[in-house]
Amino acid sequence: MERGYPLEYEIYIHVPFCMRRCGYCDFNTYTAVDLGGGASRGNYANMVIREMRLVHDWQQAHGIDEPPASTVFFGGGTPTILKAADLVAVLDAIRETWGIVDGAEITTEANPDTVDADYVRELADGGFNRISFGMQSAVPSVLRTLDRTHTPANVVAGVEAANAAGMRSSVDLIYGAPGESLDDWRTSVKTAIDLGVNHISAYALAIAPHTKMGRRIAAGTLSTPDDDDEASKYEIADDLLGAAGLEWYEISNWARPGYESRHNLGYWRNVDWAGLGPGAHSHYNRCSVDSPEGVGERTTTPLGLRSWDIAHPRLWGRSIDGGKVPWAGSERISREENLEETIMLGLRIREGLDLSRLGGAVDMARIRPMEDEGLIEIRDGRVIPTRTGRLLNDTVIERFFDACSL
Amino acid sequence: MVVQHNQPGSTDQSLIRNFCIIAHIDHGKSTVADRILQLSGIVPEREMRDRFLDRMDIEQERGITIKSQAVRVPWTFDGTEYTLGMIDTPGHVDFTYEVSRALAACEGAVLLVDATQGIEAQTLSNLYMAIDHDLTIIPVLNKIDLPSAEPDKHAEEIAGLIGCEPSDVLRVSGKTGEGVADLLDQIVMDVPAPKGDPEAPARALIFDSVYDSYRGIVTYIRMVDGELRSREKLHMMGIGMTHDPIEIGVISPDMTPTKALGAGEVGYVITGAKDVSQSKVGDTVTSALKPATEPLPGYRDPKPMVYAGLFPIDNAQFPELREALDKLKLNDAALVYTPETSVALGFGFRCGFLGLLHMEIVSERLSREFNLDLIQTAPNVTYEVTAEDGSEHHVTNPSEFPDGKIKKIVEPMVAADIIAPKEFIGAVMDLCQDHRGQMGTMEYISTDRVEMHYRIPLAEIVFDFFDQLKSRTKGYASLDYHEDGEQSADLVKVDILIQGEKVDAFSAIVHRDKAYSYGVMMTKKLRELIPRQQFEIPIQAAIGSRIIARENIRALRKDVLAKCYGGDITRKRKLLEKQKAGKKRMKMLGHVEVPQEAFIAALSTGEDATDRDTKDKIRAAQKTEG
Repeated sequence: MERGYPLEYEIYIHVPFCMRRCGYCDFNTYTAVDLGGGASRGNYANMVIREMRLVHDWQQAHGIDEPPASTVFFGGGTPTILKAADLVAVLDAIRETWGIVDGAEITTEANPDTVDADYVRELADGGFNRISFGMQSAVPSVLRTLDRTHTPANVVAGVEAANAAGMRSSVDLIYGAPGESLDDWRTSVKTAIDLGVNHISAYALAIAPHTKMGRRIAAGTLSTPDDDDEASKYEIADDLLGAAGLEWYEISNWARPGYESRHNLGYWRNVDWAGLGPGAHSHYNRCSVDSPEGVGERTTTPLGLRSWDIAHPRLWGRSIDGGKVPWAGSERISREENLEETIMLGLRIREGLDLSRLGGAVDMARIRPMEDEGLIEIRDGRVIPTRTGRLLNDTVIERFFDACSL
Repeated sequence: MVVQHNQPGSTDQSLIRNFCIIAHIDHGKSTVADRILQLSGIVPEREMRDRFLDRMDIEQERGITIKSQAVRVPWTFDGTEYTLGMIDTPGHVDFTYEVSRALAACEGAVLLVDATQGIEAQTLSNLYMAIDHDLTIIPVLNKIDLPSAEPDKHAEEIAGLIGCEPSDVLRVSGKTGEGVADLLDQIVMDVPAPKGDPEAPARALIFDSVYDSYRGIVTYIRMVDGELRSREKLHMMGIGMTHDPIEIGVISPDMTPTKALGAGEVGYVITGAKDVSQSKVGDTVTSALKPATEPLPGYRDPKPMVYAGLFPIDNAQFPELREALDKLKLNDAALVYTPETSVALGFGFRCGFLGLLHMEIVSERLSREFNLDLIQTAPNVTYEVTAEDGSEHHVTNPSEFPDGKIKKIVEPMVAADIIAPKEFIGAVMDLCQDHRGQMGTMEYISTDRVEMHYRIPLAEIVFDFFDQLKSRTKGYASLDYHEDGEQSADLVKVDILIQGEKVDAFSAIVHRDKAYSYGVMMTKKLRELIPRQQFEIPIQAAIGSRIIARENIRALRKDVLAKCYGGDITRKRKLLEKQKAGKKRMKMLGHVEVPQEAFIAALSTGEDATDRDTKDKIRAAQKTEG
């Protein structure tokens, strides 16, 4: 379980604003322009930069000496609801605070309706080199069910603008919306492929009960997404994308080789990252304190730490104003929990779960039968889920937990 | 407190009146009994409430044992002090024998009926039993203070049943105390004094026997002849055991030791008996030194009528279950159990009960008092099975049912009495017919209520009869039943197979006509209850090797979290940990994981085969029979 340390270091910036909330959306996002307490769209970059300094100080005080960031990712919400200059200012501040390695992957998510060629150009000039569009579907009726406002043509324009600015681009798709047929889904996948992007994410629609869509389903005015239907759509996506040269590299992600999202791969490799902005999670593999605030005894046990920021921007902003790292909570990650995370994350990706990271804890006699059952392949000490193993990923993970006596 | 003149051991029989109160649950028996204690002066009014609460607490702590099973109550009528023996009767259908012993200890019975509800089947059945025992019946309507009381209507109903005038029916309110003194006067006037022989060798009837964790076994007795003295060895004539009495006494209202108990008196003895099976209800106590030659009539061993398996959900709790059953047995001579192993459910006990209610009481006590999580298999009765080769089998468990051809199966029958408002006559008849009932007579007990008599296989009653009776009559019908011989019947054993493996816990012995519906319902239920897994799971019902119903649980195709980024990891890990804990509550049947809840739900009887798919499948299954 000893790993080379420090690992790669990544930065995630959460931008908790949207023009409107989509019916299925379960993310930490707000449609108000100004939530008070300095938490306004206009002042947001400024607040994140102040948080960054607090976090950096905290790291220094707790023996966490991170290398320059290898990736930066702006997610949301809708990061592109902010002015391009604001995003660039945050990026500059990261460079000042931690440094950014040469050739680092700098991504922002974008709503196709909120960007134009000038906006994209400004991002590229500021150092961004990757843009991820929320496309969701190419079928108007499905977009309507999903409560999405953008017009499909805007996706095309956005991707063209990114190409023109020399940025890589990706699109996100969602399958399984109530009423979406298999053909609707094929149309969406093909349309995405035809955009010529090198990276496509496709997610099964997840329904959280408290969302607008969740309430409609509970009320019976919308049908429940069906697992079998979603499984068929997953297979359709995997077939079509594979045939177009985009290989799966994570359960819900496909890319031409070399165009994988390095930032996201970092999560699945369980690297260190600082998450900034309301509700964002941070993760450090080794941290020398018991208490996240630095109060309490220091320990030499190399426990991991995960923390999460206060979710509401107003309270988050108040904490920063008070000079406190704006965490809502944190947990120490025990060796056992680290092992669980290593397994559940490693089994999502094509590079597979490195068996040597399980430190001999695994009973291979309980793993090998999964090869015969067509759930996994074992190559060069790594376990890679097959397509069935990706669809039945929880089953595979649980059997690994069993085999590790977790 | 009043000074009592009649001393235990030296009270003349002519001053003694022994009676019990026959009432349905909730008809206010304990309130009236408490009023009687209060009026008699043995519990001062100001202590009444405290004492009542007190007793409840102790009951909760120590189980049901402290109850005033037999209280000695002084009551002065016309200037003479009488001694009333108030005897408690178990109020439920499974304990008919116990009730009959309590009745045998009395010369009179107060028939207490809720004036808002009228008489219930079980009360009626106990009333008939009291009449059979030649008891003097004192009819009483209770709760006359309630606005919804209909005393005139129910007085007429009662008068019709016991052959008195409606005006003879007393009216009381346990709550306000109205009419209770009159009731006591009436008891003194009407209930005959005991007529035992005070000079003969001692004979006392055991009418209750309970385990008390402080005192050991407390045996309640009614002296019939002679006298028992506190230092004499006692002999139980039926089971042939001799005990040293530790204490003899009366309850008034606390346990009060006395030197002796004389003919006609009601009291208790405490012996060194370790459990109630050494001091059985119905047995005759005599003096070991000067024994009687003939025991009192009517003693018998209670015989289990219904069997079910009880299995701890967590098999590690097996020793605790054994201990708990051993403890219950102290107090319950009718409970029998032997260890049983089920492929599906692991280690448990096959338990025999007097009836369904007894079974429910036991399993509720196991879970409430002993904190055990149990799976109870579907209850079944005992069958006498003769195989074609002539071998005979006493079957208390479907797994004992012999393979191969069967020559004859004999099942126990009951006589069932059902009281219902007349608008439900049709519904009750349909239900009884569905359950292989043979109709006997039917009487109007009042202008709008009838009592119907049926002969029904006990197996039908234990399955789902009572629930259905209640639901089809909107809760208005009441049921009582007692053993009524046996009959031979065309019964088969239906097995349930999950992925080709027989699951013993789901096997059932049912009438051939019901086999299809049992098979279809069970396979359908299990299809709903067992989660989809990596592979397809066939679920079949079979008689012998012939499949009569099948369902398929399709293979699980998708079981994955679509998005797992930085903010999702902790939640996902915790979810997996939770699922892992849930897996521990799964039973593995071959490769199939079956949640405990599936066993519990599948084994609970209940809903009717009303949906169309179920009906179609049952019809199809019956057709293949040809």
